[in-house]
Amino acid sequence: MPLLEVENLVVEFPTRRGTLTAVNDISLHIDEGEVLGVVGESGAGKSMTGAAIIGLLEPPGRVASGRILLEGERIDNLPYEKMRRIRGKRIGAIFQDPLTSLNPLYSVGRQLVETIQTHTDLSPTQARARAIELLTEVGIPAPERRVDQYPHQFSGGMRQRVVIALALCVNPRLIIADEPTTALDVSIQAQIIALLKRLCREHGTAVMLVTHDMGVIAETADRVAVMYAGRIAEIGPVREVIKNAKHPYTHGLMGSIPSIGHDSERLEQIPGSMPRLTDIPTGCAFNPRCPHAFDKCRTVRPDLLPIEDSWTACWLYDGEEGRNKEASKKLVAETKADAVLEGNNG
Amino acid sequence: MAEAVAKKREARAKIRDAGGHEVAMLKVQGLKRYFDVSAPWLNRMIERQPKQILRAVDGIDFEIGQGETFGLVGESGCGKSTVARLIVGLYGPTEGSIELEGRDIAGLSRQQMAPMRRRLQMIFQDPYASLNPRWRVRDIIAEPIRAFDLAKGQAAIDARVGDLLETVKLNARDGEKYPHEFSGGQRQRISIARALASEPEFLVCDEPTSALDVSVQAQILNLMKDLQREFGLTYLFISHNLAVVYHISDRVGVMYLGKLVEVAPAKTLFTTPRHPYTRLLLDTIPDLDMSGRERTPVAGEVPNPITPPPGCTFHPRCPFANERCRAEIPMPRPLSDGAIVACHGIEEGRIPDGPMLTLPARPEGLA
Ligand SMILES: Nc1ncnc2c1ncn2[C@@H]1O[C@H](COP(=O)(O)OP(=O)(O)OP(=O)(O)O)[C@@H](O)[C@H]1O
Ligand SMILES: Nc1ncnc2c1ncn2[C@@H]1O[C@H](COP(=O)(O)OP(=O)(O)OP(=O)(O)O)[C@@H](O)[C@H]1O
Ligand code: SF4
Ligand code: SF4
Ligand SMILES: [Mg+2]
Ligand SMILES: [Mg+2]
Repeated sequence: MPLLEVENLVVEFPTRRGTLTAVNDISLHIDEGEVLGVVGESGAGKSMTGAAIIGLLEPPGRVASGRILLEGERIDNLPYEKMRRIRGKRIGAIFQDPLTSLNPLYSVGRQLVETIQTHTDLSPTQARARAIELLTEVGIPAPERRVDQYPHQFSGGMRQRVVIALALCVNPRLIIADEPTTALDVSIQAQIIALLKRLCREHGTAVMLVTHDMGVIAETADRVAVMYAGRIAEIGPVREVIKNAKHPYTHGLMGSIPSIGHDSERLEQIPGSMPRLTDIPTGCAFNPRCPHAFDKCRTVRPDLLPIEDSWTACWLYDGEEGRNKEASKKLVAETKADAVLEGNNG
Repeated sequence: MAEAVAKKREARAKIRDAGGHEVAMLKVQGLKRYFDVSAPWLNRMIERQPKQILRAVDGIDFEIGQGETFGLVGESGCGKSTVARLIVGLYGPTEGSIELEGRDIAGLSRQQMAPMRRRLQMIFQDPYASLNPRWRVRDIIAEPIRAFDLAKGQAAIDARVGDLLETVKLNARDGEKYPHEFSGGQRQRISIARALASEPEFLVCDEPTSALDVSVQAQILNLMKDLQREFGLTYLFISHNLAVVYHISDRVGVMYLGKLVEVAPAKTLFTTPRHPYTRLLLDTIPDLDMSGRERTPVAGEVPNPITPPPGCTFHPRCPFANERCRAEIPMPRPLSDGAIVACHGIEEGRIPDGPMLTLPARPEGLA
């Protein structure tokens, strides 16, 4: 049984301008000790998927349908109090915005000690010692001195590490980590990633790792989900998705990564921008930007299909259209050569 | 690369001093910023603790030419955001001078700074904290347009706001929403749109693309380069993403514990890094090769700016540290190819070229 199962999750925001579907029918699972990477367009619904799992969607956002199961038990319909306890003990959350998860009025140490004491029966002295130990683990220098400082006295990356320490306080079964390493230099980043991997290995912790850093995904994740406009475009083993991308969006994403030593005035970019969630095109949501779109793409929405070792939601790989999978893969892989992607021309 | 810089420079009329020399957009000399992080006075008296001073920025010098992009990198907590905040006047310096086009702005009052404010803008590391949650996004972006009188009449302002939103790949109709209705990366783009709204000449960017997926990031970086080519904008660009820094910067400065340890043209820095810290940093970049290589974080205790080590502050972690390093602070020295490095080992020519990870993981001298 997977540690986390998400089935047909739909997250909606009723607004004055109509209902906005931020997460549209997503299913995924994470096994014990596994890291699922989640990447995708800014605004695609990654954070909202995470927020739905930990039961912290801000109203008016709500889970409109679907089920979320933690170790086989449904957690999407629990009363607030019960969910709060699960959140403290079994699910640890690292939010994208470190400032919003820290209280500016309390010292860093006090916030850690309170969280530790809520969920364990350590004495105040023991809890403080544990807090300092956690700050050491996330690489805060001179933690015994730093523990009594306030969030504004920490640098951006140091605050982010305090948030990580808060999430790890009580050895959770599942960690939802939303951009945990964006504000960190490569060295501290390596340290945090080593820490997360150790937790997976030694405690069987499952991790959902949302990040834009493909390098981090490549070295941490076991599987990757690529999201676009509220849906999963492609999901599969990390090597398969990174080295052998099938979905044209994934392909464009991989092509946009800058690299050291590669000199060009402009970076490649996918033309256009993601649609607003209130007017998603019919058919495949990516069709206005897709260099391979054909008639069917504009009318019928593709579902995830198994292709080789991964799953992809793209009509190119559907045999009915008369294309075989090999030909489709080749077509997508050659996109770059065709200069269908903008840029790299200056 | 020099040619590209030269071309960019022509885009804008140059400010020259009396002798006809081009004046740098920014010139920072001996800049320091210390913070008092002592416990409250009473506790200190009771517990007999000494005062604690944190040296966030501890004496740095650098220049940014007009139309140039200067990248700033370094360990988390080394003082990058503090430098940015000093430059835009959010912190006053403890010591040192900051000249903008030849004029010292370090001592200026808010009012005296006012005329500079349009020309000098900052994109903050923490996008949400810098957006007023009670304002609609269109008002947030329109604010500088109104304040500096950059468009006449509501219709013109609305049009300009719509343009700016589309420039950062949001929809013009998104202007009526509030910041909390946006995702992390969308908020970051709102703060970029706002910074661009005042048509600045010098943009201080603190991790401007960290919350963006690589495709939107590419769009924003391309946009920044376009603006630079068209209008000769000058950038100070802070980022932990070294590939992004490589791509966007003309020159790069590497900070360690409040000091600049190396400054060099981007290409030179990434192909022949000199300072041992720079080399360790470059060795730690994650890659997409999936070779299964585990990255080794820079070994040794992360130092802290309250009690920095004596001599070269990097010595407790440096494989090449010797007696001199432990006692004497290395001064920045220019090398023949334009790099400036503060390291005794480099000065003495006793540090071999090449990557550092091939060295023993914990050489002698490392406790
Ligand atoms: N309170 C809200 N009201 C209305 N829409 C919202 C609200 N919060 C989020 N959204 C919308 O939901 C969508 C998904 O947001 P989410 O934060 O999950 O994106 P994301 O994939 O995490 O993006 P990023 O990479 O930029 O963080 C976005 O397009 C956003 O505009
Ligand atoms: N207002 C303040 N009061 C006390 N200390 C501060 C303050 N602002 C920054 N510091 C300290 O100054 C040092 C440098 O912080 P700064 O924010 O400049 O780092 P940074 O290089 O931007 O790091 P990051 O990459 O993590 O954002 C840190 O040790 C930080 O704790
Ligand atoms: S379904 Fe059609 S439009 Fe969508 S990604 Fe595949 S080819 Fe492109
Ligand atoms: S001065 Fe000495 S300790 Fe410092 S970086 Fe150079 S060799 Fe290493
Ligand atoms: Mg997000
Ligand atoms: Mg910073």
